[in-house]
Amino acid sequence: MTLASVVIVGAGQAGFQVAASLRQEGYTGSIKLIGDEPGLPYQRPPLSKAYLLGKIQDTNLLFRPADFYATHNIDLLHDSATAIDRLNKRVVLASGEALSYDHLVLATGAHNRPLPVPGADLPQVFGIKTKADADALAPLAKEARNVVVIGAGFIGLEFAAVAAALGANVHVLELGERPMARAVSREMSELFRQAHEAWGVHFDFRQGLTRIESDNGKVCAVITNDGRSLPADLVVFGIGVIPNAQLATEAGLDIENGIKVDANLLTSDPSISALGDVASFPCLQNDEQHTRLESVQNAIDHARTVAARLMGKPAAYGALPWFWTDQGNLKLQIAGLSNGYDSTVVLGSAADQQLSVLCFRNERLVAVESCNRMGDHMAARKILARPPKLTAAEAAAEGFELKTWEAANRD
Amino acid sequence: MPTLTFIEHNGTEHTVKGDIGQSVMQAATFASVPGLPADCGGACSCATCHTYVDEAWLNKVQAAESMETDMLEYAFERKDNSRLSCQLIISEEMDGMVLHLPSSQF
Repeated sequence: MTLASVVIVGAGQAGFQVAASLRQEGYTGSIKLIGDEPGLPYQRPPLSKAYLLGKIQDTNLLFRPADFYATHNIDLLHDSATAIDRLNKRVVLASGEALSYDHLVLATGAHNRPLPVPGADLPQVFGIKTKADADALAPLAKEARNVVVIGAGFIGLEFAAVAAALGANVHVLELGERPMARAVSREMSELFRQAHEAWGVHFDFRQGLTRIESDNGKVCAVITNDGRSLPADLVVFGIGVIPNAQLATEAGLDIENGIKVDANLLTSDPSISALGDVASFPCLQNDEQHTRLESVQNAIDHARTVAARLMGKPAAYGALPWFWTDQGNLKLQIAGLSNGYDSTVVLGSAADQQLSVLCFRNERLVAVESCNRMGDHMAARKILARPPKLTAAEAAAEGFELKTWEAANRD
Repeated sequence: MPTLTFIEHNGTEHTVKGDIGQSVMQAATFASVPGLPADCGGACSCATCHTYVDEAWLNKVQAAESMETDMLEYAFERKDNSRLSCQLIISEEMDGMVLHLPSSQF
């Protein structure tokens, strides 16, 4: 079966990679890649860190230069999809054009969960999702004296580190009790809390906001849940994302915290795949429960799986999830999913800011979080790529080294 | 505009142009050189842009920082001239540089 045309909705990391991987696999049919942002497809991770600091120029954000799309016969359309006509296998675009597909790929991503308080629409209040967000934010971040960050997740803390480095007073409000509580262990949270505090960041845990106040249309203060007024000339929020599943919902596809797909990343319509941030897939590392992951790795590995299937090489998706975040001089890398871990073994030293936390569930290694210990991260990715045999008791032994264990336990 | 030559494990050569200040990895991905997936996009987080700098050019590249050498420890078939190409920033001196690609990235 050769497909004459593939239409990809969404030109972020996942959508771009499907197009690139299809051509790499030798696909010769038509590829239409629909992106609703101006310019060429680009990578998002630097937007909340290196790009804001001016360490990466905008051409370096691009996945590929302009001529790539022409030479690889990838039709990049700056438009947005408004409806899927599944019966006639057509996608309707905002411009009114309708594109026929043999296979449709939904890579619609996610959008920032909005800040649900009065004042959130002021011009000095930012979520960071697009290059346009970062371009508007960058000059304000350089001038800001008092920055309030809402949410101590990856994005919020990456920005807090940037703002502190740029010389602002930074105050972080977080409803949870510790930084990155959904993503990392207590031990790793503590290392990051101390590091941020050393950079001058002030944390308020178990604390939200009721409103943002303005003076002459400019942000001047954030009012906390307990009634305090924090001076602010810039507010940045990162309080999670919502999958862009509306198009799929209206088309009658199965939805379950995003677009529900099977192990091959097919939706409930066999002519439609979904992948990346928007796709809820049976995750091998999460007891095959439907899971949605927001990461570069997930987008790229999903895309390779979809492209291979469309080229007649179907395989169940099972890649090991991994993540990273850069905050100041700290690089945090996570291999695996720590959901429901019940014990940890710590390697290295928090005081030296070189720490790995091994997370176990029922005596089984499920995830390794490494701060400034890249070798441990790479070893963990090798170990976790196969059903791991490492026990908590072994790891807790005096002088245990993850890299040594990995070398001794290869097949 | 400096020119770089990448030689795949099977001997196929790719000569590409790079910009001063751009990473060697990006010059390769921009030119669609196969065998360098560079998944993390240049953040020194994935070790999938591993190259061998040709011996004749080793004195033209900046020394590796500890972050890179730690990552390289787990690169597939690491050698003394192994480098993560996302950490090599193109300079005028690198014009003509030759890099060899490993048979696999991981």
